[in-house]
Amino acid sequence: MGKLFNVSSSPHVRSKHTTQAIMFDVAIAMLPASIYGVWQFGMHALLVLIATVLSCVLSEYVFEKCMKKPITIYDGSAVVTGMILALNMPPQIPVWMPVLGGVFAIIIVKQMYGGLGQNWMNPALAARCFLLISFAGKMTTFSEPFSDAVASATPMAMLKAGEQVDVAAMFIGRIPGTIGEVSVIALLIGAAYLVVRKVISLRIPLTYIATVAVFAAIYSGFDMTYVAAHICGGGLIFGAFFMATDYVTSPITPKGQFVFGIALGLLTALFRIFGGSAEGVSYAIIFCNILVPLIEKYTLPIAFGKKGGKK
Amino acid sequence: MGLATFIGGIHPYEGKELSEDKPIQVLAPVKGEEMVYPLSQHIGAPAKPLVAKGDRVLRGQIIAEAGGFISANVLSSVSGTVKGIEPRLVANGAMVQSIIVENDGEEEAIEGFGVERDYTKLSKEEIRGIIKAAGIVGLGGAGFPTHVKLTPKDEAAIDHVIVNGAECEPYLTSDYRMMMERPEEIIGGLKVILQLFDNAKGIIGIENNKPEAIKKLTEMVKDEPRIEVCPLLTKYPQGGERTLIYAVTKREINSSMLPADAGCVVDNIDTVAAIYNAVCKSVPLQRKIITVTGDAIANPQNFEVRLGTDYKRLLEAAGGFKDGKEPEKMISGGPMMGQALFSLDFPVAKTSSALTTFTKDQVAAMEPTPCIRCGKCVEVCPEHLVPQLMMDAAERHDMEKFQALNGMECVECGCCAYTCPAKRPLTQAFKEQRKAVAASRRK
Repeated sequence: MGKLFNVSSSPHVRSKHTTQAIMFDVAIAMLPASIYGVWQFGMHALLVLIATVLSCVLSEYVFEKCMKKPITIYDGSAVVTGMILALNMPPQIPVWMPVLGGVFAIIIVKQMYGGLGQNWMNPALAARCFLLISFAGKMTTFSEPFSDAVASATPMAMLKAGEQVDVAAMFIGRIPGTIGEVSVIALLIGAAYLVVRKVISLRIPLTYIATVAVFAAIYSGFDMTYVAAHICGGGLIFGAFFMATDYVTSPITPKGQFVFGIALGLLTALFRIFGGSAEGVSYAIIFCNILVPLIEKYTLPIAFGKKGGKK
Repeated sequence: MGLATFIGGIHPYEGKELSEDKPIQVLAPVKGEEMVYPLSQHIGAPAKPLVAKGDRVLRGQIIAEAGGFISANVLSSVSGTVKGIEPRLVANGAMVQSIIVENDGEEEAIEGFGVERDYTKLSKEEIRGIIKAAGIVGLGGAGFPTHVKLTPKDEAAIDHVIVNGAECEPYLTSDYRMMMERPEEIIGGLKVILQLFDNAKGIIGIENNKPEAIKKLTEMVKDEPRIEVCPLLTKYPQGGERTLIYAVTKREINSSMLPADAGCVVDNIDTVAAIYNAVCKSVPLQRKIITVTGDAIANPQNFEVRLGTDYKRLLEAAGGFKDGKEPEKMISGGPMMGQALFSLDFPVAKTSSALTTFTKDQVAAMEPTPCIRCGKCVEVCPEHLVPQLMMDAAERHDMEKFQALNGMECVECGCCAYTCPAKRPLTQAFKEQRKAVAASRRK
C-alpha cells in the first residue's frame, strides 16, 4: 500500500441535494405562471422576463469579477431572483426599469451584504419596492388581459373601492396585474411542485394565507366572496409560496415559520385594508424579513430530552 | 400507528446488500502471528498490565486489569509469549500503549475455559463479576464497560432492557449476521441480563430493513414471557442510544442523563452475545464480528476474528482490493460515524465493527458553498437542534453561544452534514467545538 488514503472527519457520504438543484426546482415551479403571463400579456412580457434574468445574472458576474470573488452564477440563485422580479413587473413596463431593478437586487441587496445567504431582505422584493417608490406611475399601470389597453383598476383596487370583483376570473388569471401574480391556478401548480419536491414546507404559506383570510373574514363580517378575493388577488399566492418561503430571508426554526406566517398575514391585511395602497404583500414580506433574527431567537426548538426544563 | 421511531433522521444509501447474505466466516489465528492488545479499548481509565515481556500467557488470561471504576480488563485471545509492551497505532490514529503477544499456536486456555454454566444458579453479584472479569464493554462502538452499565444506582427502577439490533449505520451487516446465525446467543444473553433486573422486560429492537431477522427472533421469543421483538422504522440514526430509547419507550434523555434515568439499559447485539458466552459458556471476550465491505473490496464478507488480529489479515481474507485498485478512502466503521484510516497497521479492538472502503471519496470532490438557510439540517437533527445557528457560533468559536444553542446535546450523528445541499462540514465543525467546550469545562 504505497499511496496515502484520504482522511477526513465523518460523515463520509453526502446526500444528492445541492443548492443548484433547489434553485433549478424553484425556477421550474415559476414556469407555469411565467407561461401564463406571457400568453395573456404578450411578447413584451417575455422580453421583460428574459431581460430581468439576464440583468441579474450579469450583475452578479460583473460584480464578482470586479471584486475578484469566485463566480457563483451557476448556483442559479441569480436566475431565481431575476424571475421573481420579472414576474412582479407590470406587463407593459419599459424594459430598462426591471433591468435597473435587477442590478439593484443583485448588487445592492445581495452582493453588498456578502452574497448568497447573507442578505437579510429578499433581493427581488427589495428591488420591486425600490422601483415602486422611484417610478410609481409606470409600476402601477397595468394592462387588460389580451390587450394593450390600460386597465382602469386591478381587482384589489376595486375591492378597496367597494366594487364587485369576479373571483373566478381572479382564480384563472383573467385580470390586470403583474406578469406572474395574476393566475392563481398556474401559481398553485408551481407551488405543488415545490411541495412535492420538498423544496418548501407549507408552514409559512398556509399560515400566511389563513391569517389574511381570517382577518378579511372578520373585517367583512364573513363575506366569503370578499375573503376569496383577498386570497386570490394582489399577489398573495405568489408572495406566500414563492417569496415568503425564500430560505435566506425566512426563519429557519419550524415554530418561527408559523410566527412569520401570522405576522405576514396580519401586516398584509392591515396594509391592504387600512393602508394607502390596495396592495400589501411586498411591503409585508420585506418588513417581516427584518424580524427574522428576532423570531428565530424566541422560537428555538426544545432540544431532545430537555422538555420540562430538565437539566 | 406506524412503526416505532424518532423525529428527524435521514435515509442514506444502505449498501448492506454487499455483505448481508455472506455467512460469518471464522478467521482462525495463525502460529507466529503477532497479536496486539491496546490497554485502552474502552471509555475510562486505561487497563494496567499484569504481565511483562517474556511471560507466557494463555487464552482467556487477564493480561491487564481494569485501571479504575470505569475501566475494563484486557484478555489474551491466544496462547503465546509477551513480546513487549509498547505504543501502537489504533483505529482513531492515536498511539496507545499495547501488550504484544506472539501466538504459539497451542491454543492453550485458562482453567475452566469453555465450561458450561447454568446462569439461573448464579447470584447477581456473580454474574456481574463474570462480566467484569471477561472484559466486556459496549461492542457497538462506544466501549462503555458493561459491568458498570449493569450496575445502576437503582436496580428496581430499570423496566426496559433494550437490545440494539437496529444496525442503522450503512454498509454494516455484522449484527444482522449474528441475529441470523446465532440468535440463541442473543436471547441467552438477554435472559442473563434480565436475571439482574427483576422488574424489566427485554426488548430486541430491529430495523424493518431486516425482515428475516425480525421474523426469526420473533418466532424464537414467542414463548418467552419477558422478551419481545420491537420492529423499528429504518432510518438513520435509529440505533443511537437516545433515539432507540425514545422509539421503544417514548422517553427522552439528554446528554447529562444516563439510559438508567429513563429506566433503560441498552446493549448492542454483539455485547449481549458476549455476555452469553462469558456467563453460560465460560468464554470471555475473545472475538469480534467484523464486516469488511465497500465497493473497493473484491469479496465483501463478515468475519469472526480474534481480538488483537491485524486488520491487514481481514483485507487479505476478503480477497484484497477489487482489481488490485487501491481505494481512495478506508473507514473503520461505517460511512456515517466511522473513522477514516490512513493505514491498516492496527489491531482489531473491542470497539471495531467494520472496514468500509470506497474507490472514490465523494466528500473530497465537494466544495462547500454558502449556507442558504434551507433548514434541512433542522428537519433531520434527531436532537432537535438548529445546526445552522450552531455553525454560525462554531465558525466564530463562540463557545457561549454554541452551548446556549444546546451544542453539547449534539450526538455527532452526521445527519446535518449529510443532508446539507451546500455541502457544509457541519458535523465536523461541531465535533471540534464540542471538544473545545469539553476541554474548557475540565479546566
